[in-house]
Amino acid sequence: MYTQALNTAETDDRGLEDAARAAQFQARIDAEERIEPNDWMPAAYRKTLTRQISQHAHSEIVGMLPEGNWITRAPTLRRKAALLAKVQDECGHGLYLYAAAETLGSSREELVDAMLAGKAKYSSIFNYPTLTWADIGTIGWLVDGAAIMNQIPLCRCSYGPYARAMIRVCKEESFHQRQGYEIMLTLCRGSDEQRAMAQDALNRWWWPVLMMFGPPDATSQHSDASTKWKIKRFSNDELRQKFVDATVPQAQYLGLTIPDAGMTQDADGHWRYSEIDWTEFKQVLAGNGPCNRDRMAARRKAHEEGAWVREAAASYAAKRAQRQTAQAAE
Amino acid sequence: MAVANIQVSETPLVLYALRRADDALILGHRLSEWCGHAPMLEEDMALSNIALDLIGQARELYGYAAKVEGKDNDEDKLAYLRDVRQYRNLLLVEQPNGDFAQTLVRQFFYSAFTDLYWRAMMNSRDATLAAIAAKSEKESAYHLRHASEWIIRLGDGTAESHARAQGAIEHLWAFTGEMFAVDDGERSLIDAGIAVDPATLRGRWLKTLSDVANEATLALPQNDWMQQGGRSGRHSEHLGHLLSELQSMQRIFPGLTW
Repeated sequence: MYTQALNTAETDDRGLEDAARAAQFQARIDAEERIEPNDWMPAAYRKTLTRQISQHAHSEIVGMLPEGNWITRAPTLRRKAALLAKVQDECGHGLYLYAAAETLGSSREELVDAMLAGKAKYSSIFNYPTLTWADIGTIGWLVDGAAIMNQIPLCRCSYGPYARAMIRVCKEESFHQRQGYEIMLTLCRGSDEQRAMAQDALNRWWWPVLMMFGPPDATSQHSDASTKWKIKRFSNDELRQKFVDATVPQAQYLGLTIPDAGMTQDADGHWRYSEIDWTEFKQVLAGNGPCNRDRMAARRKAHEEGAWVREAAASYAAKRAQRQTAQAAE
Repeated sequence: MAVANIQVSETPLVLYALRRADDALILGHRLSEWCGHAPMLEEDMALSNIALDLIGQARELYGYAAKVEGKDNDEDKLAYLRDVRQYRNLLLVEQPNGDFAQTLVRQFFYSAFTDLYWRAMMNSRDATLAAIAAKSEKESAYHLRHASEWIIRLGDGTAESHARAQGAIEHLWAFTGEMFAVDDGERSLIDAGIAVDPATLRGRWLKTLSDVANEATLALPQNDWMQQGGRSGRHSEHLGHLLSELQSMQRIFPGLTW
């Protein structure tokens, strides 16, 4: 569903790389060539991408939980099927993002273990609860909307497998976004109770969604390498502003109020938002969001309770291979 | 204000479609409970896929039941505004997911039946049911293959998976008899060439089960005591909880558009 804090390049071991190859690599990037799995790449590039792609994959998988929370309670059969299909799409995104990360040399198991051990991050937005049906509409509209802003530039990311995965992911996300907006539209055209439900959801999700774009440019430390490698093409604040500018008219059309009394439109037409409360963001990143513990517990439970199933599948596959070898030897 | 249950005029054909719709919805709902919690991502995908197929079948069958009934009921009223005594699904499909073995054995018993059932129903004299069957048959064939492969993996996997699979078979076996039961209303539809006599499918169903069980080194129970009641609304205690969740929005917010 989404990525954040893309500006986290590893720079430690770059000095060890062969300078000539590094220069050649950078020349390819500058020429907008795609880097493929078997190509030489600096260790820090590999490490940065592995971290970014796996965080993105973890976010897709953890992101199944808040929306999955409403599959069994969706208000109509049509909504139930659409939500289930959507959450299934997120799982598919996770799968092919893990596959893209694997092309860089880490296995899915290693990456998942790092997440379950709390060593790898996922998007902080999924640490907020889905309390009403309107939250499902709001996640589609805003969370997927923000994800699209982040991910469209990633379709041109210098690493080929990631860029290609993003093309497919973006197509599905934009479908999800329209679906979410349509849920909101239905609520806003409904009863007073439904409109209040929609407004309440917007009130709760607005600020956390703005935080999805990561810390303000003024305080970001590592954008340089990712920008130079053309992994990241726009700054956090640029993407955030683009998102706000696109979203305000959509909220107006719904008849909803953005929960920011200080918001103004400047002479260039940009909607200027008030200062974001980064303390909250830091708290959620530190594990103190409303659902951090629940999300991790749910993923660990699924992993632990599924262990015997994965062992059975592995054991059966080994037995079968053994039988085939024995048969071939006869 | 809670919404009152709708009343359905259960003519034999309405009831027939409703029973199959309820089977598909309740099992689809159960499978959807796995979404985000499965033992591996591939199974999150697969179980959601099967759930989507079943919910899709349910919608078509509800739509047809409503059309045949000819009142102002629709798929959502039929799904959301009948209580536990009005639901007509098999006891098998409402059984809780339990562990992965129980979910897959439940699916295996059901899909081994529906695979044969929908294929036979493609010859129904009722054009709508035949069309629904043509679509559902393809889906059920995949569901059966998926479940069979898992029964074999679990049965012939580790000692633990074998024990869990065998336990699930014994636990769920008593709910399989209901699939083959027929009442007077259904008998009239069978005689008219609209419905299939499930008794004619039982031999092949058992053969599918025993072939897969053999390969899986699992045993089918000898016990032939079978639980009945789902088709006439006498359910296990589990269904009421499932419905209270499934129907909560329509019960809390009556009559709104979502």
